[in-house]
Amino acid sequence: MSEESNIDIYRRRFLSGTASAAAGLAVAPGVMLTEVANARPADQAVTSEVRWGMLIDTNKCDNGCNDCVSACNEEHNLGGFDRPATDAQWIRTVTLKDKQTGNVQTLPLLCQHCEHPPCVDVCPTGASFKREDGIVLVDKHICIGCRYCMMACPYKARSFIHEKLQDQMPYSPRGKGTVESCTFCVHRVDEGITPACVEACTAEDHNAMTFGDMNDPDSEISQQLERYSSRQIRADLDLNTGVRYRGI
Amino acid sequence: MKQQEFKEISGGKPFYMVLGFFGLFVLAALGSAWYMEHNGHWVTGMNNQIVWGMPHVFAVFLIVAASGALNVASISSVFQKTAYKPLARLSGLLAIALLVGGLAVLVLDLGRPDRLIVAMTYYNFKSIFAWNIILYTGFMVVVGIYLWMMMERKMNRFTKVAGFSAFIWRLILTTGTGSIFGFLVARSAYDTAIMAPMFIVMSFSFGLAIFILVLMGLYNWSDRPLGDSILFKLKNLLGVFVASVLYFVLAYHLTNLYITRDHGVEEFILLNGGVYTSLFWIVQVGLGSLVPLALLYSPSTGQSRGWIGIASLLVIIGGLAQMYVIIIGGQAFPMELFPGKEVSSAFYDGVVGSYTPSLPEIVLGIGGVAIALAATFVGVRVLRFLPSSLADEAVDPHYSAREAEATA
Repeated sequence: MSEESNIDIYRRRFLSGTASAAAGLAVAPGVMLTEVANARPADQAVTSEVRWGMLIDTNKCDNGCNDCVSACNEEHNLGGFDRPATDAQWIRTVTLKDKQTGNVQTLPLLCQHCEHPPCVDVCPTGASFKREDGIVLVDKHICIGCRYCMMACPYKARSFIHEKLQDQMPYSPRGKGTVESCTFCVHRVDEGITPACVEACTAEDHNAMTFGDMNDPDSEISQQLERYSSRQIRADLDLNTGVRYRGI
Repeated sequence: MKQQEFKEISGGKPFYMVLGFFGLFVLAALGSAWYMEHNGHWVTGMNNQIVWGMPHVFAVFLIVAASGALNVASISSVFQKTAYKPLARLSGLLAIALLVGGLAVLVLDLGRPDRLIVAMTYYNFKSIFAWNIILYTGFMVVVGIYLWMMMERKMNRFTKVAGFSAFIWRLILTTGTGSIFGFLVARSAYDTAIMAPMFIVMSFSFGLAIFILVLMGLYNWSDRPLGDSILFKLKNLLGVFVASVLYFVLAYHLTNLYITRDHGVEEFILLNGGVYTSLFWIVQVGLGSLVPLALLYSPSTGQSRGWIGIASLLVIIGGLAQMYVIIIGGQAFPMELFPGKEVSSAFYDGVVGSYTPSLPEIVLGIGGVAIALAATFVGVRVLRFLPSSLADEAVDPHYSAREAEATA
């Protein structure tokens, strides 16, 4: 892609960044909603003292709202090739209809960042790995593209890159022939900023997504998790997911 | 029984013509692999819902059949059935050749086949895939040593030990292959311990069917006598294996049918899964199991070489169908993320995954078969794998006694 369109992307990112920051300030003056407590300084190793997690309140999820998905696609430039069967999706909105009662809900589904991730278990080379702070990632340098992790993931959270990509984000490297999934926006989290999807949800004042350290009893997410009942998708597998849901 | 004489098949123009024929398929497969890697996998039938396609069907089939092809040798060395001894060398060769063919397909279908060295140097020992990489390469070494012990007169006394090691190794190997699916907790069609033993029994059946066809083909081509005695032993054994596979398939489905949670996937495979249901009932169970059983055991067709050949071919076709149903059908059935809910999304949640094999995928798979056959063909040309005669009087220890009785 040309330099010009690169500039476009940077401009878009800058504008969306300022817009959401402005929205954050408007919502709660004096509080930067995009900041996360307990982000580690850059010179410190990741530790298991932190367990990053996300709480999604499906009651606040607007039917038809796709803001988190768009924000993710933009952040990581997941654009795609208009081939939905093979294009990557790191986060998707899923509509549920109860077979008995007809009740309809929507919710975002992404990598659940399990404590015991099946994708990490099955990966032959160790390319699928979990950071000490609970973020599950793929090392694109040693992924051989066997796709066994995609067979193993109970959440269908992973995508295989089916064709050559261009204009990748420097903080989010991707490559044809390898597997990828939501990174919990690790590049932002390490700098003390919330993931792009959470930021977008908050900026639109939906506030359906809360991100933070589940190991810190004072964090907003821990407080909410303690106060309200929540559940894990496929809790029967006992994977202790990092993403929890309210209202399902 | 006479001392067996082993001899290479003759070379010359006909040999190279056959080899060239296989070579064409191998070249086409390499071309397909290049095409898929160059463009990316979007040009195949695979997608983010069906991530393992036709190449995996062929690859897993060949790998499973490889360990089964070794059975004939195991019966001779481990279970001391001397009638099978003349076939043991070919059995070992075919086992290695099939494995090489299967692995070639598997590797060429990776997203990054150029990183094969990474797969060899980075190991996650909790992964059954990583274990399989060791088991597959080890299999070739163990069977290679076994062949050496059999073919080098000075080493013959170690044949039994080597044969026993190879037998144990192959059981572990197929356990590993079955467990690729057995260990998958995410999908309703997998996640069951029966996969490991079922794959072992499948290997007995597919491996022997291929062995019978290759044996008949090679003896026919090289104009060497192949007696009924050994062939009928093999076909009777094939029938037992085919029936055993059916039993495991029955046990698998009965268990799922009892468990309410698994009714969805059973209904999909057995009743309304379209191509998967047809493949299961018509090809796997009908053409691939019941018809061969009838052919092998019926008094008229069971004594005919032509029909034994057809029965073996049907077992192979049924085996490929079974792999297709397990691998692709198992992925096509949507994952149960929210029991009791109808699920929909832009990422094909809640709908049956669609997959149509593309030509390059099929050509790559067939290329794996061609690699296995070509390697076997070259093997029997350059080394002494084949007895010069498998006529009844050459293999049956009681043949002369029975002949004498008959003429008396």
